[in-house]
Amino acid sequence: MAEIPMVFILAGLTAYTVLAGADFGAGVWTLLTFPGRVGPAETRDHARHAMGPVWEANHVWLIFVLVVCWTAYPVAFGSITSTLAVPLFIAAVGIILRGASYALRGQLDEAAGRRTIEHVFAVSSILTPFALGTVVGGIASGRVPVGNAAGDLFTSWLNPTSLLIGALAVATGGYLAAVYLAADARRLGEPLLERDFRARALAAGGCAGALALGGLLVVRDDAPMLYDGLTHGAGAAMVVVSAAAGLATLALVWRAHLEPARASAALAVAAIVAGWALAQRPRLLPGLTLDQAAAGRTTLVAVIVSVAAGAAVLIPSLALLFRLFLSGRLSPGGTGGEPAALAPATARRARSRLRAIFAATTVFAGVAVTVLTDAGPLLALGIACLFAGAISMFALAATGPDHDS
Amino acid sequence: MSAISTVIRSGFALAAPDQDYLLQARQMQALSLGVHIPLVCFGVAFPAMVLFCEWRYLRTGDRLFRALARRWSKVMLALFAVGVVTGTILSFELGLLWPGFMANFGNVFGLGFTLEGFSFFVEAIFIAIYVYGWDRLAPRAHFLTGIPVAIAGVTGSLFVLAVNSWMNHPGGFELREGRAVRADPWAALFGNPFLWHEFVHMYFAAYIVAGFLVAAPYAWGFLRGRRSRYHRTALTVALSVGAVAAPLQVVIGDWAAREVAAYQPTKLAAFEGLAQTTSGAPVHILGWYNGHEVEYGIEMPRLLSLLAFHDPNATVQGLNAVPLADQPPVNVVRFSFQTMVGIGALLALLGVVYLYIRFRHRRLPRSRWFYRAVVLAGPLSVVALISGWITTEVGRQPWIVYGTMRTTQAVTGASGIPIGYATLVVVYLGLAAGVWWLLRTFSRVPLEADLDG
Ligand code: HDD
Ligand code: HEM
Ligand code: HEM
Repeated sequence: MAEIPMVFILAGLTAYTVLAGADFGAGVWTLLTFPGRVGPAETRDHARHAMGPVWEANHVWLIFVLVVCWTAYPVAFGSITSTLAVPLFIAAVGIILRGASYALRGQLDEAAGRRTIEHVFAVSSILTPFALGTVVGGIASGRVPVGNAAGDLFTSWLNPTSLLIGALAVATGGYLAAVYLAADARRLGEPLLERDFRARALAAGGCAGALALGGLLVVRDDAPMLYDGLTHGAGAAMVVVSAAAGLATLALVWRAHLEPARASAALAVAAIVAGWALAQRPRLLPGLTLDQAAAGRTTLVAVIVSVAAGAAVLIPSLALLFRLFLSGRLSPGGTGGEPAALAPATARRARSRLRAIFAATTVFAGVAVTVLTDAGPLLALGIACLFAGAISMFALAATGPDHDS
Repeated sequence: MSAISTVIRSGFALAAPDQDYLLQARQMQALSLGVHIPLVCFGVAFPAMVLFCEWRYLRTGDRLFRALARRWSKVMLALFAVGVVTGTILSFELGLLWPGFMANFGNVFGLGFTLEGFSFFVEAIFIAIYVYGWDRLAPRAHFLTGIPVAIAGVTGSLFVLAVNSWMNHPGGFELREGRAVRADPWAALFGNPFLWHEFVHMYFAAYIVAGFLVAAPYAWGFLRGRRSRYHRTALTVALSVGAVAAPLQVVIGDWAAREVAAYQPTKLAAFEGLAQTTSGAPVHILGWYNGHEVEYGIEMPRLLSLLAFHDPNATVQGLNAVPLADQPPVNVVRFSFQTMVGIGALLALLGVVYLYIRFRHRRLPRSRWFYRAVVLAGPLSVVALISGWITTEVGRQPWIVYGTMRTTQAVTGASGIPIGYATLVVVYLGLAAGVWWLLRTFSRVPLEADLDG
């Protein structure tokens, strides 16, 4: 039972790394537009457009991770956030700057200040995953003791493992983004862009692979416990899966099978997250196992039930969004039905009189009951009347004729 | 269990963090909330306003309503995006600034935020479909994709407010060594009598803020002669929202005050600056609380008893019922309460004037003074909103979990808060400038673009 919320957290983390990671990576490619066959301006436009409508949804994965963590493992959460306050704060600022500059950039095509906004966007796209990566490194290398800011405010995230994972997060994002952007370029029928991004994917994939391999050596010295976990048993198996998926993706990109490459790239990321979790198990923080950190049974059940219920709403909605988005129906230039105006309804005097009476009665009853009763079902009825009255009064005020116009 | 409490005792319970930063941490939290909350009023109320316009279009075939809904929906998306980033900051801050609170009580209230997360997820998904789908989905289908946006805005705010009302009236757990055990989050969050007035009051506040703020630029345009049918319609819809909600908010505020009287008598005493327990307690308008009484105020005899208990002779508990260390900063609470109520009364008056003219003469008011007042009402409603929150949150002091955990026990032990605070101020100023610029750009897009599209 204590482990189920952790599974949610890891799933959320994987989704965040894959989906938001690709967003961050696209930001990186708005900065590194050279060398390439296609000019920098078009490259940037392509990188930005590809994110389109889905980007808003992506930070919610991170929020999901945070909230499940603080509900299910509150002590661990308090310890992590207080010790790792600096990189978390940097990530938070990066998220504001990124979101704001994206929203702004979308609206200004020719205006002055565009370049500045684009730079803010690109830099925050690098800063945020890097800072979040150092947080992971601090936890994985056992530098977060239990307690309110009990760990070192700086070495907890400025250390070899953290820096490594930070760099890896940036490189992985760039890699994922390049794969997706190449696939998008193909969908849009832009062969030159596609080739550019395939080359970028290979470069970034190579970097990520090299960092991961070299990183194992760093981890061996810096965080021996983590290294043990990653080189033995289930942890090692996941590392192998990840490496295999990573290599497979490179091969697929090389041979321009871009759709399967998307899937295997995501698998490589998922495997490495799982590998980290398995390597650390059952230790969450030094001296704190997962079981000790877990909240009480009722809380855990509540979390599990609400995540299940939430997923039931969410998964169909996400499926709808991705279907509309990936099928191109929501991208600029898509086609849809021309709205067919319905027959105008003729206003009825008698109906509007009845509505006025209804509005007056409910407002009056609502006010009287709310003021005069203190609690209980009667009060609830009063509030319900207030709502009904407010809605009907609004409808009257907003739809009535305007004799001056 | 014992293993955990050993860990805890060596950690959170005994840690005596540097309290120098408490004030800055509180201001940082308040700043971020003060930025987030006005934005989310649009997340709560704007979808309904946009959907209303689209529904009018579907009913009447009048393309003007479609143009209106379309333009507003772009503003809605932009404000939503900014609401998301500021909300993300808040989730970080709860951990960064108040780790003691999260560590010891996260198991009780955290569920509220988990549910909130799902609401906003749904909102984010459908808002994207809605706004990008104007020309690409059949009209009815498009209208339907807007409905989840409106619903998720309401449930999302309900869940957050469940957390806040739990902080004000905690329950659903047992306390052991300063930490919540045997938590029952459902009961804590939704079995809480304090939730309902907060929710309804905030909900109406969202409509007031969204209504008057959207109306303000159109009223400004009216004063400068922009009175086409499009402008009149936009103004009518927005103003009707605010004008209906504002008078009713007074009634709901009265309900809120009675709930505070019942559950947080010390906070109620701070609203007035009532030092001694008094029967037939008065209200002082303006003035200054000097630690014993209110000086220089205008006294309204027995009004406090009347308002809080609907009985002019009722006994109202004074601040002296608790030790000085357990009293909130009275003047801050008093001043913000009076600001909210004062503005609330003015907005209600404005609303009644509008509704009277609208129903009696079936037209919009003609007086220039009316439109000047509407221009002011927009920003003032935000002031009322923030004052209301200051009343609630500062009135809860010195407790972060009322009567259970002090704010001093919750604050982070990490140093460097001032740097974070300064950074955040700069970032928010940049954000405000960006939003301002964005809205101006939107307002300059020629109307034809939307009428034809
Ligand atoms: C546009 C905004 C607005 C307006 C016009 C008013 N309020 Fe308000 N008020 C709020 C917005 C608000 C809020 C949304 O900011 C608060 C903070 C916490 C809450 O639930 O609502 C609030 C809190 C709040 C509280 C404290 C509740 C608590 O601590 O839980 C009281 C007693 C009142 N209000 C009373 C009033 C009265 C008597 C008003 C009428 C004149 C009034 N409010 C107008
Ligand atoms: C009265 C209080 C609050 C209300 C009514 C409220 C409401 C909302 C609404 C309606 C949104 C959707 C975004 C929008 O429409 O602009 C939103 C976003 C958000 N809020 Fe709040 N909120 C409140 C306080 C808080 C607090 C205290 C936190 C955090 C601790 C928080 C965290 C968030 C987060 C993380 C998001 C972004 C979610 C997303 O990505 O979609 N909110 N809030
Ligand atoms: C609904 C969700 C909210 C939650 C969960 C929440 C939570 C908190 C927390 C954890 C603190 C810090 C601890 C403390 O000072 O007691 C705080 C303080 C504060 N909050 Fe809220 N808050 C909410 C809504 C708001 C809103 C909408 C405002 C509007 C401005 C606000 C204004 C403040 C202020 C002014 C303080 C500082 C109190 C002081 O300095 O004495 N809060 N709140």
